[in-house]
Amino acid sequence: MRLVRFDIDQWGEIADSLLRNKMRTFLTAFGIFWGIFMLLLLMGGGRGMEEMLASNFAGFATNSGFIISSNTEKPYHGFRKGRRWNIVLDDVEHIRHAVPEAEVVTPAESFWGRDVQRGTGHCEGSIVGVYPEYSIVDSPEITDGRDINAVDVAQQRKVCVIGKRLREELFKPDEQACGQTVRVDGIHYTVVGVGGKSEGGMSLNGNATTTVRVPYTTMQRAYNIGNHVDLLCLTARKGYSMSHVQEKAAAVIKRAHHIHPDDSQAVNMINAEAMFSMLEELFGGISILVWMIGVGTLLGGIIGVSNIMVVTVKERTTEIGIRRAIGATSADILLMVMSESVVLTLMAGMSGISLAVLILHAVESGLPQGTDATFQISFAMATGAAATLSLLGILAGLAPAYRALHIKPVDAMREE
Amino acid sequence: MIRLTNVHKTYQGQQPLHVLKGIDLHIGKGEFVAIMGASGSGKSTLLNILGILDDYDEGEYWLNGTLIRHLKESSAAHYRNRMIGFIFQSFNLISFKNAMENVALPLFYQGVPRKKRNELAMHYLERVGLRDWAHHYPNELSGGQKQRVAIARALITRPDIILADEPTGALDSRTSVEVMQLLKELHAQGMTIVVVTHESGVAYQTEKIIHIKDGQIENIEEHPDIQSTVFGRGGLMK
Repeated sequence: MRLVRFDIDQWGEIADSLLRNKMRTFLTAFGIFWGIFMLLLLMGGGRGMEEMLASNFAGFATNSGFIISSNTEKPYHGFRKGRRWNIVLDDVEHIRHAVPEAEVVTPAESFWGRDVQRGTGHCEGSIVGVYPEYSIVDSPEITDGRDINAVDVAQQRKVCVIGKRLREELFKPDEQACGQTVRVDGIHYTVVGVGGKSEGGMSLNGNATTTVRVPYTTMQRAYNIGNHVDLLCLTARKGYSMSHVQEKAAAVIKRAHHIHPDDSQAVNMINAEAMFSMLEELFGGISILVWMIGVGTLLGGIIGVSNIMVVTVKERTTEIGIRRAIGATSADILLMVMSESVVLTLMAGMSGISLAVLILHAVESGLPQGTDATFQISFAMATGAAATLSLLGILAGLAPAYRALHIKPVDAMREE
Repeated sequence: MIRLTNVHKTYQGQQPLHVLKGIDLHIGKGEFVAIMGASGSGKSTLLNILGILDDYDEGEYWLNGTLIRHLKESSAAHYRNRMIGFIFQSFNLISFKNAMENVALPLFYQGVPRKKRNELAMHYLERVGLRDWAHHYPNELSGGQKQRVAIARALITRPDIILADEPTGALDSRTSVEVMQLLKELHAQGMTIVVVTHESGVAYQTEKIIHIKDGQIENIEEHPDIQSTVFGRGGLMK
């Protein structure tokens, strides 16, 4: 049995056949080109946007929730409505005991619009009193030095972690910030760490770049706030939803502060987890949409190729008949049709991939400095796309090739 | 060379058509034979069977010692390629290939390297007197030239027999003579040639005429005298 042959003449034939009908070939190829181009562009673009957004949430716990106090809405236990109340440090302990589903329960106290000074330099910022666990919810992303630790809190040390911008404003670029002191409201704090969180990122208690973090206990003493808590931060354990944790925590607080159980205003809850899952769903939806559009367009293109190949086979019926008469086997004819389909698909697809890569590259280099997002498709993805195209080319060639195989030399000659 | 015994062929359709009704035929090596008959007589079907382009229902067909019956498509292609050279009425050249490429095509399907098969194609084009036309495309050639290219293509595989289906059907009388002259030369070199035709002028150029009527062999004329017919005087036909 002879093997299937393929030599330079075959390439010439494919080129001939495709070039004989330039407009038709071009339009068919354009379907494939546009399909793969759109698919890759949207995929790269969608992922890039997602990464750009995600970089805003860097260091922020996505399973977190927060509780703030607000005036009561209903009279209860002899208290009138509209009463002002505060979360206190004891609530933190209560919740820790009563709500085991909560992983982190930590308070934060903050003062905004403070003047942070060092020597003659100064910069407006906020001061936040925290426990070490606070960094699980909203990490300062330390770039130099260390975070506030348990000993700092226990010993009410006058130490602080400053934000990126404060370090730039108050210190020279080559100066070591750690070990120096900054002054807020007349009190000197020794800088033990510098945060790296950038502007525009998601953070609690004001702009992270101009925040001075100090131990909660230090804050208690410096500002004489007693057990007052501005913000109660929670994260849920794996497998529990934040809304469930918040419900239970709110019930505990309501009981302790004589608030009506049905009061919907007094205990103000912010659910970051719900927000994040909404975003996730949004991007999930976008990605499904991208696939549907891209794959749909590509499929349209492939059907176009298949169609054109059927027409080509029909046009070349006599020729195929002649070839069979002079000794072409089924495999030869199959190869002839398939190779044409695959070459057309691959060439169109490759130009689509190239253009998508080029545009994604342009988008990436056009991004503002410091944006941490990849728009470009990976090499593996491009290779995968090329492999898929070859496969699609083969599939597109199947129906027409099957048709070509059923051309008998006798029939072909009869058409004359 | 060719031996048919009791070959039957029926085309299945709404009304089955019994085309060949028991053909017994023997064609020896080196013979130059014409098959004649009116249209519908079954001569084309017979040629298709001889050319392994079509299968038959009953009987036996031996070609050069090989029984040709119910072949798989791939082995049919193999035998066609190696043993049979076709010449068609409408030339059946591939329009986007030049003369040399057309002649070389059967060798492509044998897996002969490109350089070798193009050399051979040039050699055979020279034999039919078209060396200078090797790089012309079919639409740049006259009818007679096209048929000579087709003959070169039929010869290139050194087949056992040449089957010609109305080889002069699309040609004027002058080029018809040229083509028949070429076939006669091939015959003189020892090639077995079978021509199917309805033109007696063509048929009388051969040494044996098989008349077919209604799917059966009516009679066989041996060694007809070419000069004695009104159609073939001085080799001029029609």
